[in-house]
Amino acid sequence: RLKAGSGPALCLAAQDARSPPSQKRRTDDSASTGDLQPMPTSPPADGQSPGAPDALFSSPPQFRQSAIPLDFDISSPLTYGTPSSRVEGTPRSGVRGTPVRQRPDLGSVRKARQVDLHSDGLAEDVVATDQSLGQKLVIWGTDVNVASCKEKFQRFLQRFIDPLAKEDEDIGLDLNEPRYMQRLEEINMVGEPFLNVNCDHLRSFDENLYRQLICYPQEVIPTFDMAANEIFFDRYPDSILEHQIQVRPYNALKTRNMRSLNPEDIDQLITISGMVIRSSQLIPEMQEAFFKCQVCAFTTRVEIDRGRIAEPSVCKNCNTTHSMALIHNRSMFSDKQMIKLQESPEDMPAGQTPYTVALFAHNDLVDKVQPGDRVNVTGIYRAVPIRVNPRVSSVKSVYKTHIDVIHYRKTDSKRLHGVDEETEQKMFTEERVEILKELSKKIDIYERLSSALAPSIYEHEDIKKGILLQLFGGSRKDFSHTGRGNFRAEINILLCGDPGTSKSQLLQYVYNLVPRGQYTSGKGSSAVGLTAYVMKDPETRQLVLQTGALVLSDNGICCIDEFDKMNESTRSVLHEVMEQQTLSIAKAGIICQLNARTSILAAANPIESQWNPKKTTIENIQLPHTLLSRFDLIFLMLDPRDEAYDRRLARHLVSLYYRSEEKMEEEYMDMAVLRDYIAYARSYVNPRLSEEASQALIEAYVDMRKIGSGRGMVSAYPRQLESLIRLAEAHAKVRFSEKVETIDVEEAKRLHREALKQSATDPRTGIVDISILTTGMSATARKRKEELAQALRKLIQSKGKTPALKYQQLFDDLRAQSDTAVTKEMFEEALRALADDDFLTVTGKTVRLL
Amino acid sequence: MPCVADWLNNPFSIVQGIFAQNVPNSDWEKKVTEYFKEKLKENNATNWVPSLNDVPVHYLKPNSLVKFRCMVQDMFDPEFYMGVYETVDPNTNARVLHFGKYRDVAECGPQQEIDLNSSQTVTSERQTFYCVPVPGESAWVKEISFFASQARVSPSTSYTPSRHKRSYEEDEDMDLHPSKQKEQHMGSGGDTHGCVEPKRLETEASAGHHLISPNCSPPLDLNFPLPGEKGPACLVKVYESWDSFKVNDVLEVYGILSVDPVLSIVNNEERDSSTLDPMECMDMAEEQRVHSPPASLVPRIHVILAQKLQHINPLLPACLNEEESKTCEYLSFVSNFMSELSPVRAELLGFLTHALLGDGLAAEYLILHLISTVYARRDVLPLGKFTVNLSGCPRNSIFTEHIYRIIQQLVPASYRLQMTIENMNHSRFIPHKDYTANRLVSGVLQLASNTSLVVDETQLEQGQLDTTGVHNVTALGNLITWQKVDYDFNYHQMEFPCNINVLITSEGRSLLPSDCQIHLQPQIIPPNMEEYMNSLLTAVLPSVLNKFRIYLSLLRLLDYSISDEVTKAVEEDFVEMRKNDPESITADDLHRTLLVARFLSLSAGQTTLSRERWLRAKQLEALRKARLQQQKCVNGNEL
Repeated sequence: RLKAGSGPALCLAAQDARSPPSQKRRTDDSASTGDLQPMPTSPPADGQSPGAPDALFSSPPQFRQSAIPLDFDISSPLTYGTPSSRVEGTPRSGVRGTPVRQRPDLGSVRKARQVDLHSDGLAEDVVATDQSLGQKLVIWGTDVNVASCKEKFQRFLQRFIDPLAKEDEDIGLDLNEPRYMQRLEEINMVGEPFLNVNCDHLRSFDENLYRQLICYPQEVIPTFDMAANEIFFDRYPDSILEHQIQVRPYNALKTRNMRSLNPEDIDQLITISGMVIRSSQLIPEMQEAFFKCQVCAFTTRVEIDRGRIAEPSVCKNCNTTHSMALIHNRSMFSDKQMIKLQESPEDMPAGQTPYTVALFAHNDLVDKVQPGDRVNVTGIYRAVPIRVNPRVSSVKSVYKTHIDVIHYRKTDSKRLHGVDEETEQKMFTEERVEILKELSKKIDIYERLSSALAPSIYEHEDIKKGILLQLFGGSRKDFSHTGRGNFRAEINILLCGDPGTSKSQLLQYVYNLVPRGQYTSGKGSSAVGLTAYVMKDPETRQLVLQTGALVLSDNGICCIDEFDKMNESTRSVLHEVMEQQTLSIAKAGIICQLNARTSILAAANPIESQWNPKKTTIENIQLPHTLLSRFDLIFLMLDPRDEAYDRRLARHLVSLYYRSEEKMEEEYMDMAVLRDYIAYARSYVNPRLSEEASQALIEAYVDMRKIGSGRGMVSAYPRQLESLIRLAEAHAKVRFSEKVETIDVEEAKRLHREALKQSATDPRTGIVDISILTTGMSATARKRKEELAQALRKLIQSKGKTPALKYQQLFDDLRAQSDTAVTKEMFEEALRALADDDFLTVTGKTVRLL
Repeated sequence: MPCVADWLNNPFSIVQGIFAQNVPNSDWEKKVTEYFKEKLKENNATNWVPSLNDVPVHYLKPNSLVKFRCMVQDMFDPEFYMGVYETVDPNTNARVLHFGKYRDVAECGPQQEIDLNSSQTVTSERQTFYCVPVPGESAWVKEISFFASQARVSPSTSYTPSRHKRSYEEDEDMDLHPSKQKEQHMGSGGDTHGCVEPKRLETEASAGHHLISPNCSPPLDLNFPLPGEKGPACLVKVYESWDSFKVNDVLEVYGILSVDPVLSIVNNEERDSSTLDPMECMDMAEEQRVHSPPASLVPRIHVILAQKLQHINPLLPACLNEEESKTCEYLSFVSNFMSELSPVRAELLGFLTHALLGDGLAAEYLILHLISTVYARRDVLPLGKFTVNLSGCPRNSIFTEHIYRIIQQLVPASYRLQMTIENMNHSRFIPHKDYTANRLVSGVLQLASNTSLVVDETQLEQGQLDTTGVHNVTALGNLITWQKVDYDFNYHQMEFPCNINVLITSEGRSLLPSDCQIHLQPQIIPPNMEEYMNSLLTAVLPSVLNKFRIYLSLLRLLDYSISDEVTKAVEEDFVEMRKNDPESITADDLHRTLLVARFLSLSAGQTTLSRERWLRAKQLEALRKARLQQQKCVNGNEL
């Protein structure tokens, strides 16, 4: 049966002079459903869908004239439609003031026809499942019964309350009221006539309706539109919208991955994620052509059928052939844009190139996304045969595929560790979560995970543990309301040590493990490469902000190799990033602050090719202490010289060289499991300090301060306390614990102490001295400097009232007097100290007293 | 004799036959593949199939069965096609079913129309790979495989042998010898084993230049990874298990050649009459151009059988995958060769010693290098790579060039990268995605597994590297250290693991990382390097040269293990060494010594490590280090 109102087939348009005008506003009637004919509300034919045999390829071709003889009765009482649609030339909308807008996203022509399951003429493709039921109308080729479908959807809108709703997701919605009714109210107030419907909600409400939506979106969505508009204008009869409400389903579960698209998905509603790589300019697409007879001025409208216009060859009024001419400015156009979507790098199997798929966006969805955006697209997958060429009898046997976009969801805006919440929930199947939770209950999970980290690197257990905690990160705390801004949750780690101690390998491993990791080398990167720069797009002459490694690794880890080789200006960028976690840019008129919530894992080599154990860390790697103090943990990777270690190392290495790959994998935790474990913990576990833990932390801090105070120096700063907190939180995350407990603090303390022991030990005294890292000089060294200056002062004073002294003479005297070796540098430093005290001045080779 | 068999000349008739028999159910597809698999199993049948590597496209019969040895350069999006379709005769209303598999164009008679809405239509999916001949494939590989098949191929192709002879000469450079030009300025270097007559080389070279110009007015970039490569690029349509193939895999495909001119016409028409179809009038022209180039330039192969190749050495029986490597033929070949392994090794060592100006130690390391291969990856660490830095090469001398020529004669695929400032700043090393054309634009570092990359650092002068240069050097460094190349996808990078043997020739220590540096100590200084090297190559009998080639390719494929006993011994040894000299023996040294031991054992045909080999490896390492130490002293004195 032809549903006249929902747009008759094109073939009719060409032959039936009366029908064309009604097509113009074909959605009119869908809105004005007040005077619906009574319809049996039997459930739609379930089970086998009648279209199933050719559902494989049920694109528009199915509805073409050639397939079905035009033998249905338009005037049949079974015809489902509204009177208004049959009245010629009723351009006014069903609801006062609100015009209807076509939905090009649902295909250029909606030729939905209903089929009475009893009428035998058309039943070739239709399987009547339940003959005993009365009249049963379904849209041709589907099992969708318009009335029941509409009713169900209305029920869904009116009743659906999301049991799983989280507050942060829907601000301003009352979670105990029907969710979509509130949305409609919003539409009434805001005036944006789009109703986004989460398919997941629909599925939990009515499985069958959901299935129909997925399988026959082209037919079901207009029905939804109809239903939504009915409810809306029922409630807000005076509301005037730009056009009628369009329902936009999203989050269909059908397909997530571009790679899994296959011919079965054609014409179905799918949701895929990917990255926009190109977008075309706006294309005006003709929706309806306007023809005028040049002889009698008779006008007619022809709808576009799959991008083609069937130009009427005969004027229906005066019967002149080839007299109809297209009038461009009276034809109707809609906006269209082609977008290329590429599958996201995470979805790609190794060693293959990414797939792309073309998207067509219509009307207000045009220009909604830019190249580089990560989006979730919901739309209808189409396959169009490549046009039959009239001059060549053969056709290319390949179809063109694209997706008509119905809904975009940008994942960038609220991304959390590489994937947005929506996707993330999907990422972990329930079994996976079970496995992860099971794992987390193991007592030795911390050790297990740390040994799974870079198994090819031997030992260095504490360093691996440190990195493991870095991967988990602390809890993010927001103190912005008290004016202190965000507290850093990321843990920064510096590895220094002899070259060839697999530091780079460790960095590479981490970079490969985390989804949002960046790897740069200090040698090759400039400040610009790390931060962001402004570039002029050669085509559009538009200024574009290009982001560098630090911004790209927002929420990830930025691995910087050869940290020491980095030049001063580049390094200075890191100061802001490592504490404030932001990046300020003022360049070419663009002033902005970008988030760079990145953990930094850096590796530095000693200035001398070998680590000099007689020197402090600062002296060895020659990095400014201001930067060093921003690292939570600084580890030395030195070559341990001990026989047992050598033996274990040798065995480990030898095994690398002959064991097969499978065997190796068995032994350790799979990298994928590790990755999931971390991702899960990062997004779901947010530990808070327990009372005991806070006490333990306070104690630990006080203890640290005490150590130093005994010798008259400061041995811990608040920064160290913050580090401890972060480490403890990260350790709690490893256990999937929502509470930071004493054991976490213990481990944090231990690790922190280990790292300090390695990096902040004063080589002269053998005492751990935090001031090496915070001020760049150990307290004893400072003390010695002062002593020397005093000795020098005494020496000069002992010389009596000489206004000037010879430099070399003084140096030699001091050396002779002192019981420790005095280097020239030390001497000069002492002179400088005295000069600062306005005791003397140094001019050239003479020292003058003041 | 299957010489004029239908399955070769007209495979469609076979497919049609099977299709007609089984039409209602879909297992006809399986039967077709099985049929051809059987046919190709018959003795030497694979040699009867003309190869696109050897025969120019326009001498191959359209729709005949061909084979192609190639590397997957890029993968296009999967396409949906009409697997089965129906035609209608509008006059008689007679309906006929056709299969669309293995075809680009849905065929239908002049009086018929394709019924796009038929319920019989089956839509299927296939994948297109853009394939190029194996980059850097040595001339000898092409020649040997050419002669292996050429002798018998003529009956099955459409052109007569006499005509073929001429055509071969004319067109050979179009698709046969990417290294032609190299050979040209290398003089007669490639001819030592008498396969290519110098006369023909000349004709080819002269013919080659004007052949290219008239053909393509806007020259279509065929996207070869290496500059100066030629040969047919091909769109390979894969019908099953395409997920198992990866970019840079080397494949041998058997399939139906499609060069239907309609393919190009359809495109042109589309472009002309694009006014109405908004999909066409977009800026997709470039993508169109790249994705469906004229069939005469880039033929299509509809794959019936595709196999991953582990090696491309035609002298070895093809062992395509794990199971087949256990076949008798292969095993007997291996055991035969193994029995004469040591003389071959000795000869090869002698040959290389001469080539390296009498330096036996360097020659030993070169052998180890040539048989090295990445056999496993331990998280990010590739195991089995053995990058050798041959330092002490005379600067600006033709020596390095000749070393490369010798390597080229030994390995199936190789490339010489001249590391000049100019080259580093201007060449494309890293493949990158061109989103306008939607393809992966190739770069020098897109190479198939086991390609020998000879980096010539002696060419490097002081100078400024620009951004590209820095990226290129970094990429090269990453390739050496991690055996992976990060392809540039503009918005992100993607890592492609690779397995490339890098040999760096340099004057001093190379600026690139390497696993092992060996300083060359020439024993002989030939007065005329050119002459010396040439005579060296001519002195080797072709049969001996072939043995070298088999030797190097075969040993890569062997398994290797270390017994517990030896593990213990190695452990003890290491601990002992560390005790005596903890400064100079590090984990890295152990790594390297184990590698040397591995390849040393393999090079002698032993698949387990013995104590003797371990000691020998240690000895070699000691010698090498002593040399470096000595070199350092010399340099120190100079400074």
